[in-house]
Amino acid sequence: MKFIKNYQFSLVQKSQKIVLYLFLIILTLGLFEALILSPQDYLQGDSVRIMYVHVPSAWISLGIFSLMASLSVMVIIFKNKVFFLVAKSLAPSGFIFSLVALVTGSIWGKPTWGTWWAWDARITSMLILCIFYLMYLIAWRIFENKDYVTKITSFIAILGFINIPIIKFSVDWWSTLHQPSSVNIFSETTIHSSMLIPLGIMTAAFALFSLLIFLMKYNTELIKIKNKGLDRL
Amino acid sequence: MISEFFYMNGYGYYVLSSFLFTLVCFLGLYIITKSQLAKEQNKFNVKFGELNSEQVKEAKKQKIYKEIIAAEIYSKI
Repeated sequence: MKFIKNYQFSLVQKSQKIVLYLFLIILTLGLFEALILSPQDYLQGDSVRIMYVHVPSAWISLGIFSLMASLSVMVIIFKNKVFFLVAKSLAPSGFIFSLVALVTGSIWGKPTWGTWWAWDARITSMLILCIFYLMYLIAWRIFENKDYVTKITSFIAILGFINIPIIKFSVDWWSTLHQPSSVNIFSETTIHSSMLIPLGIMTAAFALFSLLIFLMKYNTELIKIKNKGLDRL
Repeated sequence: MISEFFYMNGYGYYVLSSFLFTLVCFLGLYIITKSQLAKEQNKFNVKFGELNSEQVKEAKKQKIYKEIIAAEIYSKI
């Protein structure tokens, strides 16, 4: 970018490399902890290691969707298009994380429950989240009218947010195959530190990856805007 | 030792396929995002290279984030 000395733009560009290197370092450490150092579960054996990719993916996909819904509300209240741009840049990584949570959960289900899939409340609500992500992404591709796409994607994000507490509390509200949460903020965590530490490292790595993709997508959107600016000359 | 690692007491197929799927998804998303970014950067460089000196001056005056965002933020993902 030859001429635009914009603080926001240069910050986004520089931070990409830092985040990429940090992600690779923490991911390597996390994989070593998750696959080699962490112990087997007394009941599930080595299959418990799937938790180190399944759980962080689920957490991050829920977090990203919540953020997208909050940003969509702010777009409506403050009419600030930057919020919208941020929400749009977050969506692809959120979708991938929800997909990873579903697929790895399904793979984990086979040795644990004896089936790849069950129409269980937690799994079904996660599938609905994945569909909401897909609807959000597809809406951007199919609608041409700019006012319409703003309204549609905001509506999808806000409507989909209703599903977030359902996912979170589904294991408490209904009798499900899926086990209740082992890591809790407001009550006692029922997971040993030898498993909690790798879980924390993998969560940090996944969060960095979502940040990396967000920065790259946001950067792409900014350059698209600059391109449109040049077209107007 | 290595075969024990891959076998994982019979769970190796499930564990390693989960990790592999995750890493493939990450790599795929990274490559797609990176290529989209490079494409837009190239497009920008080509467009900027075609500007005459007057247009370059005009381009430098553009208030990208206030004016253009307000008018034209809408593009497909």
